[in-house]
Amino acid sequence: MSGLALDGLTKRYGSFTALQPTHLTIPHGQFVCLLGPSGCGKTTLLRMVAGLDSPTEGRILLDGTDITHKPAHQRNFGMVFQSLALFPHLTVGENIAYPLRIRGVPKADQGREVDRLLGLVRLPGVADRAVSQLSGGQRQRIAIARALALSPKLFLLDEPLSALDAKLREAMQIELKLLQERLGITTIVVTHDQREAMTMADLVVVMSQGRVRQAASPIDVYRRPADSFVADFIGMTNLLNGHVSAGSLAVEGGALAVPGLPASGPATISVRPEELRVHREGAGPNRLPGTVSFIRDLGSHVEMRIDVAGREMIAVATPQDRPMVEPGQRVGVELPPTSCVVLPS
Amino acid sequence: MMRQAPRRAADYGPIAFPAAMLLLFFAVPFGLMIAVSFFQRVEGGFYEPAFVWSNYARFLSVFFGRVLSFSMLLAAGVAVLSVALAFPFTYLLTRLRRRTQVLWLVFLLSVLSLSEVIIGFAWATLLSANAGLTNLLVMLGLMDAPTSLSPGLGAVLVGIVYQAFPYTVLVLYPALSRLDPTLMEAARTLGSSPLKGFFTVVVPALRNSIVATLIMVFVFALGCYLLPQLLGRPQHWTLSVLITDQALFQANMPFAAAMAVFLVLVSLGLVGLSLLVGKKENAA
Repeated sequence: MSGLALDGLTKRYGSFTALQPTHLTIPHGQFVCLLGPSGCGKTTLLRMVAGLDSPTEGRILLDGTDITHKPAHQRNFGMVFQSLALFPHLTVGENIAYPLRIRGVPKADQGREVDRLLGLVRLPGVADRAVSQLSGGQRQRIAIARALALSPKLFLLDEPLSALDAKLREAMQIELKLLQERLGITTIVVTHDQREAMTMADLVVVMSQGRVRQAASPIDVYRRPADSFVADFIGMTNLLNGHVSAGSLAVEGGALAVPGLPASGPATISVRPEELRVHREGAGPNRLPGTVSFIRDLGSHVEMRIDVAGREMIAVATPQDRPMVEPGQRVGVELPPTSCVVLPS
Repeated sequence: MMRQAPRRAADYGPIAFPAAMLLLFFAVPFGLMIAVSFFQRVEGGFYEPAFVWSNYARFLSVFFGRVLSFSMLLAAGVAVLSVALAFPFTYLLTRLRRRTQVLWLVFLLSVLSLSEVIIGFAWATLLSANAGLTNLLVMLGLMDAPTSLSPGLGAVLVGIVYQAFPYTVLVLYPALSRLDPTLMEAARTLGSSPLKGFFTVVVPALRNSIVATLIMVFVFALGCYLLPQLLGRPQHWTLSVLITDQALFQANMPFAAAMAVFLVLVSLGLVGLSLLVGKKENAA
């Protein structure tokens, strides 16, 4: 089997389980984002893949070979740390050449490789500078260049962009994605920023409390969240709890026709704010009556908060589709059946 | 926190007491010693006020040169050995759990509180033929007969290194515990075995701290005067031994003072150098 496979990978610290038994397959050339709140086990998972921590149980397979007990320095994976971990006593060029020097690559070849890598991260001509002379974004690129110096099979990044300001972070996300596409290198990024994951990933692995909640493409994770945690963590959503009766979902304020409901019992659905339609009339199919409590016009889109039978729902519309409603006005909120995702309870 | 430069005389109030103490118990005695170092020795008596260079002129003898160079070499040897032992030890110490680290530091501090006399006699016993470590080797069949390792240069080195080791660890500890542990992890992911990473990342990243510590231990060892006498032969006696000898037994206070002034100046010069090195590290 080609690619990286995690087979029941588990990490426990005493009685605390940092990572529940995890099975995951990552084909070659994929860009994977491990996404979750802090303490969800994503960094633990990455560190075990890198060989910096050893798993309590389970195996790590690369192209079918068991590498679980291979020491980190023999794995040849490139890794970028949250702190970047650039060596303060070396210049930029020496930092990038470090893995080559360790392996006894001739000086001239080292120099050529450093120039090539600096070109790759679009920072030519800084090889002789001290690390302390570079800006945050530049150091970021140097850390990436150093990790790529060995043309590694796996490229691992632990919250690589968290130290950068918002604008630079967005730009680096795109650049990192383009770089990965150009090199075709299997990449795993740990992040807690869902925008970052949506921008870069082919495969988003949403984690919480040491467990993988969902592993799917970004748009699948967004459109078809596996559970209420994923639905809530990725972007904004409206979660409605109700009871199934006579083929429809009875919620506070009305009954909704939703495809894919269980035959009976309680059920939770998730509807994204941009799927909701706000009407000036309360009555209609799949409509819940409510009162507009707050509107904010953010220019690119309009956000409406609507009180529906005591619970707040959020609807988002583009300026063109903006319904003519005012705060305090009674409205009808339509939940199109196809946009409602039934979550397992 | 706001920090303002002192503006009025009263702002210097808090340092008045320590300044007075420093003046009374350091500056004044040192000044007296400098004065004495220029005094004239009275044969068979004590000394009388004068201003002569003869005490300093005696430095230009072969004997003095030999003692001085031996003292310097011994101190350098102690510094290198202590740092070579203490650096890896401290590195491993900072990787341990906090509790274990504290226990080790308390233990090292208690070693530091041992007097030079106790250390000297303990090592003299441990290195003796009758009750020494060589008896263990004989019991293990590694040696034929127990031998005495003291007095000798090795014994002097062991004694002073033993005394300097806790001091060295405590000086290195802050720098090593501040070292970002991900540097070592990065070295590992880039292909360095732990040992290679230690020598290519940890040691060079802290080279300035190492140099500063070497100088500190060097100065510390330069002042040693009891251990060379307890564990060494007369040819292993240092400048400090010579000063004691001149001051207490030869009653040549002016010459002892001159040598002491010289030693203090050398030490101060080296401490200044270490501060300069430390400053460069902080700036980087």
